[in-house]
Amino acid sequence: MVAVRRGDVTATLAAGESVLDGLARHGVTLPSSCRAGACQSCLVRAVAGTPPPAAQQGLREGLRRQGYFLACCARPQEDLELAEGDADLDVEATVTVLDRLAPDVVRVGLRPARSLGHRAGQFVTVTPPGGPSRAYSIASASDAPELELHVRAIPGGAVSGWLAERARVGDRVTLRGPAGECFYVAGRAEQPLLLAGTGTGIAPLFGLLQDALREGHRGRIVVVHGSVAREGQYLETSLAALAAAHAQLEVHHAVLQGEPGCAPGAHARCSVWGGSIASVVASVVPSPKGFNITLCGDPSVVAGMRRALFLAGAALTEIRADAFLPSAA
Amino acid sequence: MPTLYESLGGEAAVNAAVDIFYRKMLSDDRVAGFFDTVDMDKQAAKQKAFLTMVFGGPANYSGKDMRAAHSHLVARGLDDRHVDIVIEHLGGTLAELGVAPDLIAQVAALANSVRDDVLSRAKGGAATGT
Ligand SMILES: Cc1cc2nc3c(=O)[nH]c(=O)nc-3n(C[C@H](O)[C@H](O)[C@H](O)COP(=O)(O)OP(=O)(O)OC[C@H]3O[C@@H](n4cnc5c(N)ncnc54)[C@H](O)[C@@H]3O)c2cc1C
Ligand code: FES
Repeated sequence: MVAVRRGDVTATLAAGESVLDGLARHGVTLPSSCRAGACQSCLVRAVAGTPPPAAQQGLREGLRRQGYFLACCARPQEDLELAEGDADLDVEATVTVLDRLAPDVVRVGLRPARSLGHRAGQFVTVTPPGGPSRAYSIASASDAPELELHVRAIPGGAVSGWLAERARVGDRVTLRGPAGECFYVAGRAEQPLLLAGTGTGIAPLFGLLQDALREGHRGRIVVVHGSVAREGQYLETSLAALAAAHAQLEVHHAVLQGEPGCAPGAHARCSVWGGSIASVVASVVPSPKGFNITLCGDPSVVAGMRRALFLAGAALTEIRADAFLPSAA
Repeated sequence: MPTLYESLGGEAAVNAAVDIFYRKMLSDDRVAGFFDTVDMDKQAAKQKAFLTMVFGGPANYSGKDMRAAHSHLVARGLDDRHVDIVIEHLGGTLAELGVAPDLIAQVAALANSVRDDVLSRAKGGAATGT
């Protein structure tokens, strides 16, 4: 029997039970969202005992060394004692921008009280006052003074609904992070890049793209943005401006409900396709061998593309992905 | 005399083989259903551990581990035919990488030696359990 202690509470874990669930059963509710190791909302720190390595995957080396782990996927083999509250990881931020990029997409500007040391394309967890925590990806370039997030407004959504309807410029939120691997890695300027995302999954890719262009990436860069309807292509103008300025960049808009076929877009190197993002990716990059690939957005679309690209010849180590897993109650 | 693992090229050879081998398995409808493709990184890590073992490399897999890791697949119908297919793709992968036939035969023999553990049965015998 493994026991997990936090403050006055000692939770004995049932077989196969996670630290998150075990503590909840004893009345201690830790923040959580995806419950699958993707969003890092449930980050906690062990002050005694060794957290299981599987619960530290994807954490920065510094955090791992300090004993941080993800409570939702921790099934420890030995007793653990957890720190209560980790305010030192939290960074206060002020909301500076709230506007609509599309009918259901809000651009959120945040000015953190201190630098997060993030890279564009990574994600942060955002906690509104008294609210739950959710992960959002960084769409602004790494050196921008403020963070830009693209948040899809989900009706009734605890955090996206708050940002879309109730938040005001000047409000405070708490940030944690950054985390995630979906950022531009300099050093292979000739390698072709494929950036494919659905919905607000274009946000981290847009951040990564700006970094790549600024760092002088010379290889072919293929951006594919998937949306259900035409108005979901909310970055069309910005992407067309980048394509006009950078001959190595091409942009493909995949509109699920669009007319089948391929029509010219806002610039010579932009085109609008009817069909799924996976089919457009297969058409424009039929042999992904040698590409460095970043995939973001809908979890099942991301998993499907990853498999298809791997089977078509991409190396697994060249594929990075952020699946935007929803919160699991 | 170099070990089999050294002759094959050690960890670099395993790394080169993982993608090719895993791609062959996922492309083959007869076995693809046994692989979870939601967490492909975890799957690739398992393939790597398997390849390290059958290449005669540092063993961190015991017969007991092999049983535990595959018992749920046996419950889903994993049998000798599937093990044959795995060994076939293993050979194909090594041939693609230019490995000599006698070394491929040694790897196949190592893979064959864990067949009973993978299929949860007594050595050289019939299936145990249900
Ligand atoms: C690594 C990572 C990065 C992310 N980056 C972004 C990002 O850049 N932009 C962004 O908009 N989101 C992003 N997400 C998703 C985000 O974290 C939240 O899950 C999302 O905003 C919903 O949270 P909520 O509190 O508004 O809704 P909740 O209160 O969690 O959910 C409300 C209801 O809506 C349902 N629901 C949740 N998500 C969806 C969905 N996608 N479609 C339909 N129904 C849904 C829930 O099941 C629930 O019934 C990311 C997620 C992860 C894991
Ligand atoms: S990582 Fe644990 S809740 Fe998302």
